[in-house]
Order: sequence, then C-alpha cells, then structure tokens
Amino acid sequence: MSIVTVQLGQCGNQIGFEVFDALFSDSHCSQGFCSKKENEAYQASCKERFFSEEENGVPIARAVLVDMEPKVINQTLSKAAQSGRWKYGQHSCFCQKQGSGNNWAYGYSVHGPRHQESIMNLIQKEVEKCDSLSGFFIIMSMAGGTGSGLGAFITQNLQDEFSNSLRMNQIIWPYGTGEVIVQNYNSILTLSHLYRSSDALLVHENDAVHKICAKLMNIKQISFSDINQVLAHQLGSVFQPTYSAEGSSHYRRNPLGDLMENLVPHPEFKMLGIRNIPQMPENSLAYSAFTWAGLLKHLRQMLISNAKMEEGINWQVRPPLSGLPPLGRASVGAEPHFNTSIANLVILRGKEAHSADLEGFKEPALYTSWLKPVDAFSVWRTQRAFRRYEKSAALVSNSQFLVKPLDTIVGRAWNMFASKAYIHQYTKFGVEEEDFLDSFTLLEQIVASYCNL
Amino acid sequence: MTQSVVIQVGQCGNQIGCCFWDLALREHAAVNQKGIYDEALSSFFRNVDARVVGDGGSISKGKISSLKARAVLIDMEEGVVNEILQGPLRDVFDSKQLITNVSGSGNNWAVGHKVFGSAYQEQILEKLRKSAEHCDCLQCFFIIHSMGGGTGSGLGTFLLKVLEDEFPEVYRFVTSVYPSSEDDVITSPYNSILAMKELSEHADCVLPIDNQSLFDIISKIDLMVNSGKLGAAVKPRSLVTASAEALRKRHKKPFDAMNNIVANVLLSLTSSARFEGSLNMDLNEISMNLVPFPQLHYLVSSLTPLYTLADVNIPPRRLDQMFSDAFSKDHQLIRANPRHSLYLACALMVRGDVQISDLRRNIERLKPSLQFVSWNQEGWKTSLCSVPPVGHSHSLLALANNTCVKPTFLELRERFTRLYKKKAHLHHYRQTGRHKRWTFQGQRFGNDVVPLQVGDA
Repeated sequence: MSIVTVQLGQCGNQIGFEVFDALFSDSHCSQGFCSKKENEAYQASCKERFFSEEENGVPIARAVLVDMEPKVINQTLSKAAQSGRWKYGQHSCFCQKQGSGNNWAYGYSVHGPRHQESIMNLIQKEVEKCDSLSGFFIIMSMAGGTGSGLGAFITQNLQDEFSNSLRMNQIIWPYGTGEVIVQNYNSILTLSHLYRSSDALLVHENDAVHKICAKLMNIKQISFSDINQVLAHQLGSVFQPTYSAEGSSHYRRNPLGDLMENLVPHPEFKMLGIRNIPQMPENSLAYSAFTWAGLLKHLRQMLISNAKMEEGINWQVRPPLSGLPPLGRASVGAEPHFNTSIANLVILRGKEAHSADLEGFKEPALYTSWLKPVDAFSVWRTQRAFRRYEKSAALVSNSQFLVKPLDTIVGRAWNMFASKAYIHQYTKFGVEEEDFLDSFTLLEQIVASYCNL
Repeated sequence: MTQSVVIQVGQCGNQIGCCFWDLALREHAAVNQKGIYDEALSSFFRNVDARVVGDGGSISKGKISSLKARAVLIDMEEGVVNEILQGPLRDVFDSKQLITNVSGSGNNWAVGHKVFGSAYQEQILEKLRKSAEHCDCLQCFFIIHSMGGGTGSGLGTFLLKVLEDEFPEVYRFVTSVYPSSEDDVITSPYNSILAMKELSEHADCVLPIDNQSLFDIISKIDLMVNSGKLGAAVKPRSLVTASAEALRKRHKKPFDAMNNIVANVLLSLTSSARFEGSLNMDLNEISMNLVPFPQLHYLVSSLTPLYTLADVNIPPRRLDQMFSDAFSKDHQLIRANPRHSLYLACALMVRGDVQISDLRRNIERLKPSLQFVSWNQEGWKTSLCSVPPVGHSHSLLALANNTCVKPTFLELRERFTRLYKKKAHLHHYRQTGRHKRWTFQGQRFGNDVVPLQVGDA
C-alpha cells in the first residue's frame, strides 16, 4: 500500500525533499547486510510506498507540493531533478504568488477555501496513481502561516473526502527562542485543529534536532539542511519497510495503519515522538560497532528520562516500583520526572535483529495503568540494515515527552493573548477571540490528560 | 512572486529613490549572470521592449530587453526630477510615471496636502492604477519622503489615504526622513506633526530615519577608512555609502552617501522576498510580526556591517560583531538607544553566508542584555537570505519595534508646541483654509500616540 505525502509551506517542502532523498538512497544502498533477495524485496516495497512508476527510468515521488509563494517549490523541484535519481511529478505542485505572511488565519480562512478545489484535485490525482492507499503523510511547520493554517485546513478536508484513509501529520515544533513572533498563536491554533482532524501527530522539535546536529553529528555551522537531513534519517528509520511478523519474510503492507494500531489506542492521546539510536556522522560509521544490548539499554533510558538523544542521558531516573503509583503525579514543573508511556514501538534494523532482547521495554511500570504491556508495546524486526548502520533502533513513542514543551507554548500564547497583542491581524481574516479560547481549552485538557497518566 | 511599486515624493524622496534604483540595478546585476528577466527582477522592474511605442511593450520572460522601474516620481518643483531624467538612470524611468509642477510647496504641509493633493488627485490615481496594472500581483507600495518639508510631507501623506481607499489590500510601507533638531526649515515641526497623524492612521509600517544619525554614521565610516587603523584595505564597493558615481570618483552630490544607506535598508528589507534562502521572510510577514497593535507601527532600523575588510574568511567573532553592532546606538538610523528601552518586537534579516546556528548563537548571547515587553519575551522574527548585498559576504538588517522612538517623538512635539504657542508662521497654513483644526489635531495626536507607545508596553 502507498503513502501520499503532502508537503506544505517552506518547511514542509524543504523537509519533504530530504525525506524522499533519504528513503531513496537507503533503498538503493549497496550495504544491506542481508541476502540479495531480501534487498530486492525491500527496494520493491519502498518503491511501492513512496514512488510511482518510472517515466524513462526515473522514479517519481508520491507527493503533492503546496506553497503560497513560488521560490521554495522551484528550488525543491530543481534539487530533486538535479540529483538524477528521482524526481517530483511535473504537475504535482500548487503554488501562488503571495505567501501567507505567518498568519494562521490567512492560511486557514483565505488560502484554504480559495484553493481548496485545486489542491484536492492534485491530491486526488496522486491517490489515483496508487494501487491501494495506506494514508496521507502531511509535512508542515506550526510556526508559519501556510504550513500551519493551510495545513490544518487541508487535513480537515482530507478527513472529509478520504474518510477511510489515515492521516499522519509530521509537525515541526519551532525553536523556543523564536523564529516567528506569533509562532505561539499559530501553534496553538494548529494543534487544536489538528487534534480533531488528524489521526496521529508526529512531532519534531527544532531545538532537539539542533542539539543532535551539534553534539552527535559534530557539525560546526549548522544549517537548515543539516537539520532536515537528521529529521529525514529519523523518519526514514520508521517508514522504511519492516517485516510483517516475527520470523516472516514479507514486508508490512500497511505502514500507517500498523503504526496507528500500535501507538494510538485512544483518540485523546495522539502525540508521537521518534528517538533514534545510534546517530553519528557518516564518516564515523565504519569505526563504530555496537551491541543490541548496549543500544537498547540507552534507548530505554532515553524513553524513561525523556532524553532526545544518546548523549547527556540522565541515568538517575528510574521507573517507579511496580504496583505503586509514580512518585507524585507527574506535574509539569517537577524535574526530573519519569516519563510514563501509553504505547511504544521499537523498530530494529540490522544484523541479528531477531536476537535482541527487549524485556526491558515490557515492564508494566513504564506504562500507564489502563494498558497492559502486551498491548502497549510492540517490536518490529528487520534484517536489512538502514543507511549502512550495521545495527540501528528507532523508538516511536506515545508518552508524556511533549507535556512540558506544549505547556510552555500554551503559557506563552496565553500571556500574549491576555494583552491582545497581534489579535487584530487574526480577526482581520475571520479568526475571532473565541477561536483562540477554544484552542486554549482543548490544549489545556490534553496537557492535563497526559499529566494524569 | 509579488511586485512592489516605489513612490518617491518631494526632493528628499526623489533623491533617496534615485540611489535606491541605482543600487537595485547593481544588486541584480551581481546576481543575475545570464541576463534573463527572472522573478526576482520583476519585483521592482518591468521588462519592456523599447522599440514598441505605447503600452504594449511589456515582456514577461526571456532575455532582458530594457528595464523600467516600477516607480512613480512626484515633485511639485522640477529641479530634482529633471536632474534624474538627465542622469545615468534616465532610461530606467518611464516618462509617463512622473508628476511635476513648477511652484513647489514652500515647505508648507498644508499646500502639499490640501492644495496639490486635490489638484493632482486624479493624475496621481491614474498613474498608480497604471503601475498596478503592470503588476501580476502587487503586494506593497514603498513611499519615500521627508517629514519636514511641504511636498514630501504634505502630498506624500495625502497619498496614503488615496492608496488606502484605492488599493486596500496592498501594504503601505513608508520611509520617512524626520527633521533633526538643528533643521534649517523653521516650519518643520508643524509639517512633521501634521504628517505623523496621517502616518499613524494610514500607513501599515513606518521606518523613521533622521539626518543626524545618517550623518554620524557617515562620519564614523570616513574616520575608519581614512585613519588607517584598519590593517587591511577596506573594499570600496562594500561601503554602505557607495554609489556608482562615488565609485567612479565623480563629483558626489550632497547627501549621496546618506541616501545610499537608506537605499540599502530598503533593499535588505525586500531581499528575502526577492531571493531564495533557507528561511524566507515576505513583506507581509514584517507587518504581521512587528505590529502588535495597529497604531504602533514605527520600526527603528539598523544596518550592519557598514563596510567589509578585504579578507575572505570571516571568522565567527567578526560575524558575532555584526550582530552586536546591530543593537548599538551608533548604528541606528534614528537618534535612539534601543538597548535602554523596551522591545515590543524585533526582526533580524540576515543575508549571505550565515547559517541558523550562527543566528541562534547570537540571539542567545544578546538576549540577556535586551529588555522585552512582558507579553512577548521571545519576540524574535528571523530570516535567512542566501544572497548578500553588493560587495559583502553577509549583512544584517535589524528592525525593532521599540519604545526608544518615544524621545524622538516627544522632542518633535516639544518643538511643535514651542512654535504653536507663539502662533508663529500659522498664517501660512491658515491661507489654505481649515488649518486650525489640523494643527490642533496634530498636537492632540502628539499627546495621544506617544503615550500609547509607552502605555502599552
């Protein structure tokens, strides 16, 4: 089954390019650490998911590119075409002349309805190219105007028009110290709308990825393309084909469906995060050797202590003794506190993946009381290595990891809202104070729900 | 890609405008190697087949034939505009886009606004509509004028109301040159306060600039260049004051160097909209992010670096110095010290070979020494454009919505009140009728808006 990607705004398009590039280069990687037959099956599965029939030999990404101004899309199209290995469909993009001006209201209330038909037509065409559709992967940022506002609108439309298909939104959380002054307003409006129309929200924070680039990848002058490449690596490690069951040799057919089934047991809890281990600059790969035990031990502690990368993990945090509630209900201010999970999925790729021991992830203490570990935890193992990492593990988790950042954003937005600053820019386009208040209510409830796990 | 139209009004406005077009051409020439009329060029220029007579000559794609500026030149006396039309830029301007008179406004806002406003309203509307028709997607009008005189101040602000009525969806960005305290035009306080009322009500964004600050910056540059303190040579093309003529070492017009700084600001403001970058910032984002309340739209600007040394590899320390300088009072384009006042919002528009980590590092470094208003503690808007200005490898334009404009406005109001109390020169304004209401409104405005700036922060 295939996934149709919708790339929205500057952020969405820049990341989208890196994601397809990572997926393609991995599937055509020579070092698979597995048999030739397995490698071919992997390639075919990846191709079915993300690329459509070649036109004179060059695969075309299953993607629709949307932006309200032309510069970024032009750049993205030419970068893909230049690589010569894959490209975007010539007619798969929708572009206007003037951007959304970082205004959620403009993206949602003006651009949305105005261009609804054209954009949905493009998506429909892309869907028709698929034999069967697993769902939509929507890449957008929260801070701007197009990705956030138009993204929320389009997701709602997808819910109406393709109600049988799943929608997973990849959301980029902006830097805490500001890329856009009204980013907090745009963020709360986006999140509250998406919570109603999306099936899962996969969140990546710019701050966290920036630290990974600085500490793990040793990049001195970090650019957005470095950040996007790390992101693409993490996404690739989740979305590339995996075996459908223990010991089987067929790849999963419904990636989005399987992800949702495992990770989103309750509609109130939709926020997912990815952690990947190991992560290092490519030229260090050859000199590193890992054991599954070591990798998984770090990954488990990253989960429990809410660390975003394998350096600087707080080893003091321990799961509460089983049978007892966690020490003091997790409140937002308390630090360090134990990160309770609702559901976790570990994806292992590489040599001897079948032998890795995951008992550490099955402890009931890691999970909330209303789900048993057998329902809350799953593992997918694949022999075929990812991007030449002899062993790599990805953890997709639905846990309390986003409570603090979310609460911070809501707090800042509320602070600004109390003084009514910038509100006239939103009411100009039909987003009233009531809409803001509704968003605050919904998000505070989500924060409370996560806190009470 | 959107287009913008520049409206230059009065002597000051036209002289600055002239520098702007010269610099814009040089900037695009440096980037556009193949001579193809691309979208970046189209934001300020039309491509016209010069052989075609009349209106049919526009060419939208392909090789550059003849570039025409998207500009409207207005002046109530002919001297300045004629000089432009006889100078090296004569082919860039369309002779149909001019409005001139011979008598001038006599440094009287009322004459500019009321007399010439009503006399030329139809003509102005016609020229504006024409320039809008030539645009695929018109986004912004840039108005350049001075506040102290008659035409720029009076007619320039009359225009704002016209633009607001006729083109409500198009942004109005105004670059206003405020009179310094030692200004030689006696009625400049009257003209300025009357104009300010119009600016507060009808402009989307105002960039106040004063001559004294520009002059101080020039002196600083000259001092550095001539003192020989700099080890290596300064790249002459990199001087923010350099114009084509200065480079050719011809006789410089007065105010040339100062006008070039303003031209640089306008180009940097639009650079992220015209050229590509990893974090774009369009013109509508400026208004969205920097104007928290409709009337508080005065933005203090600063441009760094003012010159570049000839070494190729810029060490990070020098890059960091560029960021620090943007917040120092010596680099601001009005007499103000933003560091000692409260920031409502701040935008950093970076051009050239600078990455997100450099930007983050400097924001973290400078943040503790700056005071932000309580409801906007993280009030930064940033953008990264890959194309640097001519002669530089990188540059930074900082736009701040900061309460440091308050002393400037208060001082202006002081000067106004001193004159008004004595009823000095009022008869000039009286002659045009209904003056009293304006001047009174002007003063009341002075009393209201200024406290508003402070009260909300």
